[in-house]
Amino acid sequence: MNFVSEFSVNDFLYMLKGLGNSIILTLWAVFFGTILGVIFGFIRSATGTLLNFIMGSILDIFRSVPLLIQLILINAFSSILKLGYSPFQISCIVLAVYASAFVSETVRSGILSVPLPFRRSARSLGLSYFQTLRKIVFPLALRVSFPTWVGVTLGVFKDTSLVLWIGIIELLKSSQIIITRTQEPLLILTFAGILYFIVSFCFTRVANQVEKKWEKYEL
Amino acid sequence: MDYTFHWYPAFKLLPKMLIGSITTIEIAFLSILFGIIIAAVLALAKNSSNKIYSSIASTWIEVSRNTPALYQIYMAYFGLGAFGIYVGSFGALLIGITFNNAGYLAETFRGGLRAIPNTQMKTARSLGMNFFQSFMYIIFPQLLRIVFHSVTNQTVWAILMTSLGVIVGMNTDLMGVTNELNSLSFRTFEYFSLAAILYYLITKLFLGSAHLLSLKLFRY
Repeated sequence: MNFVSEFSVNDFLYMLKGLGNSIILTLWAVFFGTILGVIFGFIRSATGTLLNFIMGSILDIFRSVPLLIQLILINAFSSILKLGYSPFQISCIVLAVYASAFVSETVRSGILSVPLPFRRSARSLGLSYFQTLRKIVFPLALRVSFPTWVGVTLGVFKDTSLVLWIGIIELLKSSQIIITRTQEPLLILTFAGILYFIVSFCFTRVANQVEKKWEKYEL
Repeated sequence: MDYTFHWYPAFKLLPKMLIGSITTIEIAFLSILFGIIIAAVLALAKNSSNKIYSSIASTWIEVSRNTPALYQIYMAYFGLGAFGIYVGSFGALLIGITFNNAGYLAETFRGGLRAIPNTQMKTARSLGMNFFQSFMYIIFPQLLRIVFHSVTNQTVWAILMTSLGVIVGMNTDLMGVTNELNSLSFRTFEYFSLAAILYYLITKLFLGSAHLLSLKLFRY
């Protein structure tokens, strides 16, 4: 009797489902991470040194502690408080906060890259503070921050592989499950790698197109 | 909240975790060292006019940058077995992170090399230095200044990435030790908080010493 079965179409679909989980997780995490990051980054660029320093050092913690430990800690914490979040929600929260730490940094540097005379001339032309932000500062800052934001998004996509530790079946975990059955690690891992590669590569391509489209509005 | 925190047993195990931290630092240091050497070769290979060299280098760089670090560790742990090479979890972790570091650093080095004018090399060569002399004495010191910041960042990444070893069964580094102790008592929150603090301290200590080193190196 043969206990080792071949790699089948069902396995392929199972892996695609894993990839789907990775992508959905990335989308949620990047969505919330960007919102949080823009808020934090804006506050950091607009306020004085003390608040900036405090926020900066708190956000820096998320970049100086391994993501795996953050996942484990929040998972344990949610069990301690009996919050009853699902692993998916926990990974979304952790990845979103993790992404926001990076996004806030790029947003801050993007906003600070807009020359002060621009803002002053906008104000002197009669635009209000928020109009200046909306029409002058944010569009200019976006061009500076966008490439880094793309990098952060790709980083989050790759880091979704870590959530297998708290029991989510994403691409890498689904490959591992199939490996334990078919005993063909090289084939399946190569395949998983190609899937990861295709997604990252396509996303980078699209981002480059967007950047190129904006190039003509460059100063 | 009917959970009582037990910090005392966690603190009692601090010495074991500190020994684990040394392994963590060792792996990170080795991986960045090998990574720098390979990255230098990759950067030169990608810039070379030989199609074979440059395509190998591009493949390495693209694969390492577009797949997760954990995937690369898995590849070293499970994938190499298909070629009859069996590395333990330590080996797999080291190979995976080195592969990753090399890919990222190669791009950094290429950017750095592009920032140094070609005339520098030509002048050095015309003064009678051979290729390696002009690289070591003229190009390298300038390159170091440009890429120093990126290399420190990559080292921090390497330190954080060593925590992934636990997924392939590593049990001697900080994360592995913590995980093993955790499986004895299930004081997950306490143990991993302590590990998180240790990781934080390691990265901050490293960044601090790198800053001091940069002050000393780039005095002029």
